[in-house]
Amino acid sequence: MDKEIKHFTVSIYTENNIGLLNRISAIFQRRHINIESLNTSRSEIDGVSRFTLVVDITEEQMKKIIGQLERQVEVIKAYYHTDEETIYQISAIFKIKSDLLFEERQIQNIIKESHARIVTVNKEFFVLEKSGRKQEIDLLHRELSAFGIMQFVRSGRIAVTKNEMKISEMLAAFQH
Amino acid sequence: MKETQTIENITKSTAVTERITGSEAIVRCLLEEGVKVLYGYPGGAIMPVYDELFKYQDKIHHVLTRHEQGATHAAQGYARISGEVGVAIATSGPGATNLITGIADAQIDSTPMVCITGQVPSHLLGSDAFQETDIVGISTPITKWNHQITEAAEIPEVIAKAFYIAKSGRPGPVLIDITKDAQFEEFDFKYKRCKGIRSYKPVPETDISSLEKAAELINTAKKPLVVWGQGVILGKAEEEFKAVIEKAGLPAAWTILGASAIPTSHPLNVGMVGMHGNYAPNILTNECDVLIAIGMRFDDRVTGNLASYAKQAKIIHFEIDPAEVDKNVKTDIAVLGDAKQSLKDLLPLLNANSHHDWHQKFKDLYKIEFEKVIKYDLHPTKEGLTMGEVLKEINKQTKGEAAIVSDVGQHQMVACRYAEFNTSKSNITSGGLGTMGFGLPAAIGAKMAAPEREVVSICGDGGYQMTIQELGTIFQQRTAVKVVVLNNDFLGMVRQWQQLFFDKRYASTKMTNPDFVTIAKGYHLNARRVTKREELASAVEEMIASKEPYFLEVCVEKEDNVFPMIPSGASVSDIRLE
Repeated sequence: MDKEIKHFTVSIYTENNIGLLNRISAIFQRRHINIESLNTSRSEIDGVSRFTLVVDITEEQMKKIIGQLERQVEVIKAYYHTDEETIYQISAIFKIKSDLLFEERQIQNIIKESHARIVTVNKEFFVLEKSGRKQEIDLLHRELSAFGIMQFVRSGRIAVTKNEMKISEMLAAFQH
Repeated sequence: MKETQTIENITKSTAVTERITGSEAIVRCLLEEGVKVLYGYPGGAIMPVYDELFKYQDKIHHVLTRHEQGATHAAQGYARISGEVGVAIATSGPGATNLITGIADAQIDSTPMVCITGQVPSHLLGSDAFQETDIVGISTPITKWNHQITEAAEIPEVIAKAFYIAKSGRPGPVLIDITKDAQFEEFDFKYKRCKGIRSYKPVPETDISSLEKAAELINTAKKPLVVWGQGVILGKAEEEFKAVIEKAGLPAAWTILGASAIPTSHPLNVGMVGMHGNYAPNILTNECDVLIAIGMRFDDRVTGNLASYAKQAKIIHFEIDPAEVDKNVKTDIAVLGDAKQSLKDLLPLLNANSHHDWHQKFKDLYKIEFEKVIKYDLHPTKEGLTMGEVLKEINKQTKGEAAIVSDVGQHQMVACRYAEFNTSKSNITSGGLGTMGFGLPAAIGAKMAAPEREVVSICGDGGYQMTIQELGTIFQQRTAVKVVVLNNDFLGMVRQWQQLFFDKRYASTKMTNPDFVTIAKGYHLNARRVTKREELASAVEEMIASKEPYFLEVCVEKEDNVFPMIPSGASVSDIRLE
């Protein structure tokens, strides 16, 4: 069971220090594991950063990597979750020629049906933003690429867990 | 005189702030942490610190090694024999990169070490400046922690953290990179030792129920086997360990880094596990019913093929680093925590036992190993000298009181197998990384940390030449180490593998060696070469009697092999005697 390759979302709470990204990515690199997606941001706690990574590995590997992550001095706590245990999103931005918006009626339908948001429009181009699951963004990309996309970028996955991660309590305990 | 008094006054008072440069602060931080000796090599980006080391030379002894790698190994030797943090210092660029092997060695062998490197001024960072290298980036995967300082004001807190991290929990190396402008900058200095870091828990809490379960399993075991590692030594748990095995009558075997935690002669000491370990503990690993691992990490050189390692046994793992639990061998009971406390708490839960019949099995298998291997190693009848008989002679003349600092290769396995130890922290060797060139510089550090002890470095002719320049350090410092080179004119361990697994194709393992005695004499060391058995005892006697550093080359049989041996990828119980 542990040997099956699964999709895991890794959440790592850390101090906000230079070089920590290198230290964390090195743990994966050393084991020849590709990081499928990576996002870093502030977390719900002041001064604590949160890394969100997606990897495709076995649960056995995942457990060992969590151990390796947590033994890093500046990592406060690391967790891993399956898709079912999280609410997750990714975001994408499309830059498309403005002419198309008027010449190709189909594009307007695609935008409407995909629930994408027009961020800005000018004479040359318009910018479309879409948040959601990867499949939805892939679909939108496929549909729009028929007309030509000037630029495309997709963010790493961000996720919150359905269950509580008791990180605040851990930090509070340290203060005492 | 006035100068010295001023320094004395300021080193005592730390509560009040005072305005000093970053470089002076670095030296003052080292003094605050109790550092007496550090090893290093000067260069452009670290010169301000060396200028302060010059001013503080009556308080802190800087040892100029002949290569920065030597500085790291000397710091490691110092740390391993003293239990204190070893300190190495180097300049930026090549100075810093030359530290890497020693840092990697300290990381895998859990040795507390702080390395300080100079860095180009902060405004030149990233400009490919002269002697600029991203040493923080380079050292990240092989340090327990590392950090770059670009402002003097950071120095006290960061160095305090460095020492705290290096020595707490499972120890390891820390690298602090300090830009040259931060070394020149003045700031208000005040030192406070680090007591804790919120994101770092050095010692995990011990679950009392895991201890109770472990005790129950040990109490009901019919064929228990303890395998202990360096965790017993690093945790200063030797007495607690001895009490546990003596009460429960547990046969106990060691990994090479665990050697000397209890005396070699202790009746419960059943020898070394692993690739070139003893026959009995390897064979019986696959026969015991409970395997009690204490402060060891199931290295592949210890376990052989994991698929057939102690599958019949329940596994108990006493461990300080949670990441080690279930990493290689799945445990039934993990007792997290510090070995000293865990073993102390375990003792009252154990029933007294003797396991007499089970012990007899170890004795019977030892007899087989003696007849097939040990007899020929220690009491050879052939003409050529064996490495084993050299060790036997050193044991005899030092009465097991010497610290043996070995390099890496055949001689290392022989030294670990045959050296007799009475006291802990006596076997200093590069275990996990297998760093050739470790033995000579590590012995310098060991002797400086424990000048009252006899320190004998055992090297092969290959590894010796990787750091042979440290003879210069020995000469300059008059460090009274005894250096033994067991010369077989081969890279012996690789040659052994070529013989056994590569149809005797001796690719690049034959060494055309220089006159080692002349080289040692060039450094004004007393030196002698032994080629015949009848010269050995008197040469070792002369070496041990010397109050000065001494070099002894022993020309041994060229194509001897180290046995027993678990071939790579084989099971521990498939250990070969010939």
